[in-house]
Amino acid sequence: MADRISLQVLRYRPEQDGQPTMQEYEVPCLKEWVVLDGLNYIKDQLDGTLSFRWSCRMGICGSCGMTVNGEPKLTCATFLTDYAPGPIRVEPLRNFPIVRDLVVEMGDFMRKLVKVKPWVVRKEERPLSEGEFRQTPEQLDEYKQYSMCINCMLCYSACPVYGLDPLFVGPAALALAQRYNLDSRDEGSKERMDALSQHDGIWGCTFVGECTRACPKNVDPAGAIQRYKLSASLAWLKAFFMPWGARDGR
Amino acid sequence: MGDKDRPAYTEYHPRWYRKRVSTYWWLQRGTYLVFILRELSSVFVAWGVVYLLFLVRAIGQGEEPYKDFIGWSKHPVVMAVNLISLFFVVFHAITWFNLAPQAMVVRMRGTRVPGKWIAASNYAAWAVVSALAAWVILGG
Amino acid sequence: MAKRTLEPMLWLMFSAGGVLAALLLPILLLLFGFAFPLEWITPPTRDHLQAIVTFLDPLARVVLLLFCMLALFHAAHRLRFTLYDGLQIKHLNELIALCCYGGAIAGSIVAAYLLWTVA
Repeated sequence: MADRISLQVLRYRPEQDGQPTMQEYEVPCLKEWVVLDGLNYIKDQLDGTLSFRWSCRMGICGSCGMTVNGEPKLTCATFLTDYAPGPIRVEPLRNFPIVRDLVVEMGDFMRKLVKVKPWVVRKEERPLSEGEFRQTPEQLDEYKQYSMCINCMLCYSACPVYGLDPLFVGPAALALAQRYNLDSRDEGSKERMDALSQHDGIWGCTFVGECTRACPKNVDPAGAIQRYKLSASLAWLKAFFMPWGARDGR
Repeated sequence: MGDKDRPAYTEYHPRWYRKRVSTYWWLQRGTYLVFILRELSSVFVAWGVVYLLFLVRAIGQGEEPYKDFIGWSKHPVVMAVNLISLFFVVFHAITWFNLAPQAMVVRMRGTRVPGKWIAASNYAAWAVVSALAAWVILGG
Repeated sequence: MAKRTLEPMLWLMFSAGGVLAALLLPILLLLFGFAFPLEWITPPTRDHLQAIVTFLDPLARVVLLLFCMLALFHAAHRLRFTLYDGLQIKHLNELIALCCYGGAIAGSIVAAYLLWTVA
């Protein structure tokens, strides 16, 4: 096995470049090294001007998402040896504006995340004296899968609808809305549904399924959105045929 | 000056690079192409209905028109269109049933029914309905 | 109050149409498009097919109409989104929706007429 591998990294320096360019670096190809290790080697030893985001290096913070050989990946979970003999193309996450080199602008996602109200919504706050909320393992099971999201945005990078329509709320935000809708402690389904049962919410999704394929945490956002479509449709039918019941619904 | 979505680019707020999505975005990945083909199967679903309406019209008009319809169906162009349509409606059915488990979560006695069972029961329903339809049409 | 949208209804029709199309179109196309014209199986008589269409009149006609209508709506809905996303012609949004659903409605009217004129 070769002991070095070539990384072709996208460079974009707005103060001097009008367009992104590719720059090639050679890094050691150790058995246990991931692409992130390669990038850190570049920054430490070869070219300190390279900019990229990373943090936990163990697949839980969601910072190091990039496009590796055309696929959205967490660079801390993508081994160099899997791509030997290389070269490996490393580009920033697709569908987001590039700020510099491998760093993308995430403001759009952050604003959409707030829009789905990703917290437990209660009609009336429970007083402390009543103690904690209790949940059975079955109730936890209902939403646990969707709570695994690390906000890495690989799903936004994979989703062609988000690429074509920046107004689309997107897979992770909708999966997180479902995570709270299905939580037995939450009473905010109706509020979320009013905001999300719109053309740029769940109805923009055409079930491509690419988001689920890209997700490193098996959140299955596509499944979450389809289930949301079904519950939104049933709620719509209920409101249509029985409008008197829908005033205050959960 | 500027706003969140269209910031005013200055010396201290450098220009972001936004890449336009190509019109041929769906050719860039195999899975995107399969998705677009799946969506285009809808055109052939529509043709299937139109073809069946031709049949209904022939039935309504009488014995001879019905025989003519069967004869017309043998025409090479009609056969070719129907062959492609058959492929696409089967493709639609397969992709539809394979996606059903993702869209439906069924719980029995607390645990989630495995996706494969949901898909399998969909396929079973497909077989049963097809057999029933054939039986009714062939004179059962 | 968020703006009201028809999307849930359109999606329900799309889903129902998708299930019906998936279950029935393959066998129907196989029989009428290939098995009968190519004489793999003897085609049924016209009288037998007429009896099917008029079974428990108007029950069979209504069921067949629903099948045609929902399958056409399924196709229209999917085609609308494909044109919207695939060809990136979003600015023609209303026109696309009109043509697609309009086509489905027109097809349904034709289907109703044809099914009701089977004697």
